[in-house]
Amino acid sequence: MPSHPEGILESSDPTSEENPRTQDHQPDLQKLHIQSSETDSGKASQDSALDNGHDDSGEFVVTMLARSKVEEQGMGTKDASSPLSETGTPLGPPSHRNEDVTADSWRQHRKHVFVLSEAGKPIYSRYGSEEALSSTMGVMMALVSFVQSGDNTIRSVYSDEHTVVFTQRGPLVLVSVSSSRQSEQQLRQELLYVYNQIVSMLTQASITRIFEHKKNYDLRRLLAGSEKILDGLLNLVDSDPSILLSAVHCLPLASSLRDSLSQILQKSITPNLVFSILIAKNQLLTIVQEKTVIEDARLEPSDLHLLLNLIGASSAFQAGEIWTPICLPSFNPDCYFYAYISYLDPPECTVCLVLLSTDKEAFYSVAECKRKIEEAMQTQNALNSIAKAHLYSVSQVGVSDLRHFMYKPFDVPDNHRQLTQFTSPEMEAPYSSEEERMRLLDLYRDMHSRIHSTSRPLKLIYHVAERETLLAWVTSKFELYTCFSPLVTKTCAINAITKLLRWIKKEEDRLFIRYPPKYSTTPNPSKSSKSDAH
Amino acid sequence: MSLRELKVCLLGDTGVGKSSIVWRFVEDNFDPNINPTIGASFMSKTVQYQNELHKFLIWDTAGQERFRALAPMYYRGSAAAIIVYDITKEDSFQTLKNWVKELRQHGPPNIVVAIAGNKCDLSDAREVLEKDAKDYADSIHAIFVETSAKNAININEVFIQISQRIPVLDAEGSSVRGFKLRRQPAESTRERSCC
Repeated sequence: MPSHPEGILESSDPTSEENPRTQDHQPDLQKLHIQSSETDSGKASQDSALDNGHDDSGEFVVTMLARSKVEEQGMGTKDASSPLSETGTPLGPPSHRNEDVTADSWRQHRKHVFVLSEAGKPIYSRYGSEEALSSTMGVMMALVSFVQSGDNTIRSVYSDEHTVVFTQRGPLVLVSVSSSRQSEQQLRQELLYVYNQIVSMLTQASITRIFEHKKNYDLRRLLAGSEKILDGLLNLVDSDPSILLSAVHCLPLASSLRDSLSQILQKSITPNLVFSILIAKNQLLTIVQEKTVIEDARLEPSDLHLLLNLIGASSAFQAGEIWTPICLPSFNPDCYFYAYISYLDPPECTVCLVLLSTDKEAFYSVAECKRKIEEAMQTQNALNSIAKAHLYSVSQVGVSDLRHFMYKPFDVPDNHRQLTQFTSPEMEAPYSSEEERMRLLDLYRDMHSRIHSTSRPLKLIYHVAERETLLAWVTSKFELYTCFSPLVTKTCAINAITKLLRWIKKEEDRLFIRYPPKYSTTPNPSKSSKSDAH
Repeated sequence: MSLRELKVCLLGDTGVGKSSIVWRFVEDNFDPNINPTIGASFMSKTVQYQNELHKFLIWDTAGQERFRALAPMYYRGSAAAIIVYDITKEDSFQTLKNWVKELRQHGPPNIVVAIAGNKCDLSDAREVLEKDAKDYADSIHAIFVETSAKNAININEVFIQISQRIPVLDAEGSSVRGFKLRRQPAESTRERSCC
């Protein structure tokens, strides 16, 4: 169904205009040694910024491995303009791109994420510029290939303060260096999200083909301008439990309103339109799928998270109507959909319509669907009703001592075809500050990792923490995390949960999309099968 | 008054200010922290030109390399292309020349080409001489202006000049969309108006 990825990269030759200076990052240890002693031989001036970064940041990983603290050596890569930077760099890089990677503040970030190619070439770093970190990444690649040479795979390294998790996907190596105390499994899942976000922009097939063609290709050329999307994803991973729970958070809405929105989407279709998605305040309102699609596959929460992140991370969608190729990796990692993205309420830009087509040329007919949707919503005054929708307060549940919860049902009707969802109230006092919110999420993450431990999975955890009491419970019907005031008793907590479950049952039509709507379009095989880039 | 729809696409390196030009033209606004365009963004604006209304259907394309191969989808059927470079970046002027080449090979035969040297408010950091760019534009019979989306210099002028260059409709031709223009037999104007 979705068109093949050839289109987007066809005319851009991945081998052209390659910067020859960056070819000397070879993945093995010997080469790294050679590289550091080789710098005087002729290309010293060009490589100086690289070398400055080299000693210091290269030690970063080693430092953690050796659990020793390295003295600052005062070698500044303070000037972020590197001789390795390519032409056509994106405008106005965010400030943490210019961070001094030799500074303590850089080391103290809670979670670093690095992406590099198998040749050890930097692709992405969450903090600091990739150029300044190329030797750090070289060390990482050296670790990966050293272990590989013994027919083994490096998975993680633990120190007192940090967990370093490695994962390799095709020609890309992803590394998380975290002091968040999350489990290896969770960190690995986050890395997979980063990989998938890259795939959503380039497709897996293209990435593979590029590196088959040229092992030391600089993938940043193709990701230029997309750093913000990866930054946004990592912020989302840290601050939103959706990714932890692998479930989608819907905006609570009266089911009659949600149904009428779905009907509007169902009626406004065109050939090759596959998904119609309505989003408000970065949360899902409704999603309508083409009938044949819903029969062979479904949209995975992870794909929807990537899509939501893409839209949330860039203000580029707030101007005009956007038409862009996008790959949904869990649906099909090798193909592109063409996404029509437009806000329905400019200039506030809170309600966003996403229409996914398999036909690259379908912009005008898809844009016509938007006009129909807009019209129908206007007659029903739907935007007004959507504006009134918001998250609920935990006080609505009417259980004292209950401060917050996350509930993910498994027993939704038509479950196997249904998007996995969860519901959660707003985080209110005492979790109103950024730090406190993060602390609660950390507690949840810890409960989550313990209950889903691969070595000793649990069903129920009752955990009395310093400032709150938590109870996590996994059954065949749901997964539930609750947070109570610290003085609650066990009996009290269990009674509260009974009440909570009753409340959710009563409210479920409002909290979840219970019956995902579908539409059927007449397939148009002549157009849907192939796309070519002219 | 008759309404003509004119499809216009903006091409050029990433970060030269394509979206800012469109934003200035359509909304008369400027955002210094604008995000890079993803895919392409579609906007329209109607302006009066003589006794006609010209509705510009504007495709603002992303300059990043990963979207490069999509460009034909946007310039195909365009009545005009605005190729933008940044006067403070010599490289972006080289990229512009590649776009001209590509349009010549694959673009619609009588497409009107406009060259916009953007960021002319930053003349202290100038790398591309106005004369060089003007000479180049003349050599390919393109419209040439230096613009500043930030200070609203010459933005409307680009579109006015495009209106001026668009061939007048023949008596029976009521153009609904810009792409009808390319069907006009214009063998003689081909050399002149196209690159």
